[in-house]
Amino acid sequence: MIPSAFAYERAASVKEALELWRASGGSAKWLAGGHSLLPLMKLRLSAPPKLIDISGIDELRGVARVGDRVVIGALTTHRELATHPLIRETLPALSDAARQVGDLQVRNRGTIGGNLAHADTASDLPAVAVSLGAELLVATPDGDVVLPAQEFFLGPLVTAMPENGLLKAVSFPVPPGNARGVYEKFPHPASGYAVVGVAVTAGVDAQGVVDFVRVGVTGAADAAYRAQAVEEALLGREPTPDALRAAAAKAADDGAIAGDAFASEAYRRHLCTVVAERALRRALG
Amino acid sequence: MASVLGTAVKRREDPRLITGRGRYTDDVQLPGMLYACILRSPHAHARIKRIDVSQAKAAPGVVAVFTGQDLVGRMGTIPTAWLPPDSGIRTTAHPALAVDRVRYVGDGVAMVVAEDRYQARDAVDLIRVEYEVLPAVVDQEEALSEGAPQVHDDAPGNLAFHWKAGNATDEVFAQAEVVVRQRFRQQRLIPNPMEPRSAVADFNASTGELTMWLTSQNPHIHRLLLSGILGIPEHKLRVVAVDVGGGFGAKIACYPDEALVGFAALQLGRPVKWTEDRRENFMATTHGRDMILDVEFAGRRDGTFTAIRVKNIANMGAYLSTAAPGVPTILFGLIVPGPYRIPYAGVDVRGVFTNTTPTDAYRGAGRPEATYLLERMVDLFAREIGMDPVEVRRRNLIPADAFPYNTAMGLQYDSGNYEEALDKALAMLGYEKFREEQEKLRAEGRYLGVGVTTYVEICGLGPSQVAGAVGFQGGLWESATVRVHPSGKVTAFTGTSPHGQGEETTFAQIVSAKLGVPVEDVEVVHGDTHRIAMGWGTYGSRTTPVGGSALAVAADRVVEKAKKIAAHMLEVAEEDVVFADGVFAVQGAPSRRATFQEVALQAYLAWNLPAGVEPALEGSAFYDPTNFVYPFGTHICVVEVLPDTGEVKILRYIAVDDPGPVINPMIAEGQVHGGIVQGIGQALWEGALYDEQGQLVSGTFMDYAMPKARFFPAFETAFTETPSPHTPLGVKGIGETGTIAATPTVVNAVMDALAHLGVRDIDMPLTPERVWRAIRDGRDGA
Ligand SMILES: Cc1cc2nc3c(=O)[nH]c(=O)nc-3n(C[C@H](O)[C@H](O)[C@H](O)COP(=O)(O)OP(=O)(O)OC[C@H]3O[C@@H](n4cnc5c(N)ncnc54)[C@H](O)[C@@H]3O)c2cc1C
Repeated sequence: MIPSAFAYERAASVKEALELWRASGGSAKWLAGGHSLLPLMKLRLSAPPKLIDISGIDELRGVARVGDRVVIGALTTHRELATHPLIRETLPALSDAARQVGDLQVRNRGTIGGNLAHADTASDLPAVAVSLGAELLVATPDGDVVLPAQEFFLGPLVTAMPENGLLKAVSFPVPPGNARGVYEKFPHPASGYAVVGVAVTAGVDAQGVVDFVRVGVTGAADAAYRAQAVEEALLGREPTPDALRAAAAKAADDGAIAGDAFASEAYRRHLCTVVAERALRRALG
Repeated sequence: MASVLGTAVKRREDPRLITGRGRYTDDVQLPGMLYACILRSPHAHARIKRIDVSQAKAAPGVVAVFTGQDLVGRMGTIPTAWLPPDSGIRTTAHPALAVDRVRYVGDGVAMVVAEDRYQARDAVDLIRVEYEVLPAVVDQEEALSEGAPQVHDDAPGNLAFHWKAGNATDEVFAQAEVVVRQRFRQQRLIPNPMEPRSAVADFNASTGELTMWLTSQNPHIHRLLLSGILGIPEHKLRVVAVDVGGGFGAKIACYPDEALVGFAALQLGRPVKWTEDRRENFMATTHGRDMILDVEFAGRRDGTFTAIRVKNIANMGAYLSTAAPGVPTILFGLIVPGPYRIPYAGVDVRGVFTNTTPTDAYRGAGRPEATYLLERMVDLFAREIGMDPVEVRRRNLIPADAFPYNTAMGLQYDSGNYEEALDKALAMLGYEKFREEQEKLRAEGRYLGVGVTTYVEICGLGPSQVAGAVGFQGGLWESATVRVHPSGKVTAFTGTSPHGQGEETTFAQIVSAKLGVPVEDVEVVHGDTHRIAMGWGTYGSRTTPVGGSALAVAADRVVEKAKKIAAHMLEVAEEDVVFADGVFAVQGAPSRRATFQEVALQAYLAWNLPAGVEPALEGSAFYDPTNFVYPFGTHICVVEVLPDTGEVKILRYIAVDDPGPVINPMIAEGQVHGGIVQGIGQALWEGALYDEQGQLVSGTFMDYAMPKARFFPAFETAFTETPSPHTPLGVKGIGETGTIAATPTVVNAVMDALAHLGVRDIDMPLTPERVWRAIRDGRDGA
């Protein structure tokens, strides 16, 4: 599997990266972990004439608590997401999702920035990002912009990222302390990607009533979506098994569910409800 | 000294293979070597109107570009080497590169040769081909229907061959008490050996010799066929295939690509290497299975089987690959009655051309398909008459005292004790207890099921006379040479061509046991036509029963000669010498002795040999088996089906196999494990998918579900050991039992889990959606 010829440059800073991009006439692509981009290039489905390697840019690293948010550098690997104490404590759904990405090699190389920017419809992390209302901090030559995750994923490999944008970090609002976070996935037996993946972060108040619930679904539609119908069905209710089931039954309501050779539209809709119920049970059961 | 046979000697090939020191074809580096890359058809069926190679020729590093037109009259076409008799077989011309028409996605259109592999690959994208796209046909049943697109002008109706055998008549079925009918689809599989195909060709102009390194399961067959295609006499053609990273049948065939590499090296006078990438492996390396099977199964209400017959429509793809016609016919048809006393059996097989990748042998080749339909039918029959599936099998198994047993398909099964294996497997499971538990869990809404397969397979291919009678264009005997060196160290040469199975170890064990020398003193050489006189290769679980037998006979010949020399050394008559554990001793006077090594030295010094005995110590054998061998066994699988998603979880997998005496239990177990994984892969996950235009939809590992280790529980394996009466060591074969038995075992288990819902059959692979739908519809229908 040999990609088309390409030029390669390394950037040491965000500023240099943006300059290199401009110098390429806008034809270059960022290279982070390479675990989504290189497979496409090897199949010659993508043939960028130049790659700008951003993996050495220190500004894109690090995980920090900033007020009521956790800010995660774009180069943070899946493995770091899965194991970092701050993320495990404040964003358990993200850790749980990252733990289920690919295999060990993939988790060691692949980055949150690359995963979200690539926007594969079956990627795991977008479910968490849309469910929690994450924000993507993007550097452009004209200054930084902030893009809400819910408006970011537009379709298969299509995002709201400006053409010249470099994702610097992803910022998550920290859910209330009583909330538990989980990610449930029905993996495709070939790729391991999500046929359907559901992220839930939810908690109950002292009376045992759901006072926080966020649900995101990936894999099922042509872009990850927030399952608001599920959230509405649960907020202010007691999470009884029947209530969870009834809420999970709405998991396909907010997405344009699509079928493929492995799972038809009808089956995927059904899977949304099953996987959502499993996730809700783990979070609230 | 205890015999080294039957012990778990560690695989001696592993240290080199797992530390990257294997000698695979793609590892070969030669000075001045060029690299080839092949342009493949993006269309399933099209006329080539024009090819413009001018840009590619002018690209950096490009040395040559060949198209189909360039080859006409300059190299031969690709042959088919198995021609089932009385089948009206049509072997249409298969040029190494398409001349005017492409017939499947992946068909070769042009070859670029360049200074490095990147330049070759880039230049392929610069070739401009003008196609006139033609309607394509993908499904074999559709291909037989009127008005279907014609794949070859000289194969009207797309019929490649039509083969029938057996004694089952309409009357038998008309008179039967119970007849069960079912259609099964053996989906198409992609073998996916870890190492893709590769070839290196190097022509030495001074000796006129062409050396080819190939990813081959049978280098001597490749030498024979390539010699014909390239016009190089056999004694000037050397084929080397030392380390080969798995084949599973896909490296038996003589492919256009490898032949082209030889052609290019001859034309250009420089070494040429070509290695397919994974995408090409999906498209252009042979696929397996792909049959539509209509089965009728007859029996009596008391559980007795009386007849089975099958109509098989086999998808051969766009061309008849080397051994392909033998797979759905001989290797499939003859074993249809399986391990049961079934007086009437019959098969009717149509091989059909379609616009798809050619099919050929895939691990088990024909026998998994036959075993699948038989074992599925036995379960359906048991259900029909309301009998336990184990009981119904037990009633019909050929009893241990009935061997040798002549079947309705004309085979003679050599030996067996089918019930022993069945009982052992049932005991490992605890069958009765499982049934109770199943009942209990079902009441809780949990769907557990058990599947049991009792199988027999035909392997150890095979007697050459039979090979000839069934249209195989070669012999199936095997060669071996045991060369003892003056120090008593041994080199053993085999004509088989192991490619992962471990015979460098097990064959050393055989020779070591025969000669009484340490196993480390025996080196096994294979995979080089210049070092080994002749051989027919590794497939059809023949390596140990045929190749190992040849080695045993050759080693016996060494001992026979050494004994003469020893008797002379010990100054006694030959009859007075006993040989055990590597020592020749005088009967009754064990202190008068000579070690094997001492005798070997004397054989080479030759200062004082007995009259009429030649110097040196070496034995050769050209061993032709008198019959096939028939391993058998029982596999059992316990599954749980999750009703909400249709997922199938494998809870337990038990395999009791009888390969005759086990030479190395660890290696035998490894063979069983690998086979089970591939067998279950077919049952649950794998399946090549074409769309209506003939595009391979499942063309990468993103879509084609290769089984992963985490999908399986630990397997529980055991052996029974019933020797074959006709092989020197009694050994049978173990390489394919897993793929033969595992597929129906798992599917039967799933059907058992869903029996209470009225579900009878689900097409493979049993994807979650299919199972989920069956549960839903079964419920609706119930
Ligand atoms: C075998 C395998 C299995 C996998 N399984 C899963 C799975 O189960 N679930 C899952 O979610 N994913 C899976 N992946 C994908 C994996 O998560 C990727 O690592 C990830 O999607 C991309 O991250 P990366 O750093 O490798 O990005 P790259 O491949 O380097 O880049 C991907 C794309 O994003 C762009 N990009 C990268 N970084 C930035 C940035 N900072 N700003 C703007 N654009 C950027 C690149 O230009 C490129 O277009 C798998 C991958 C492999 C190879």
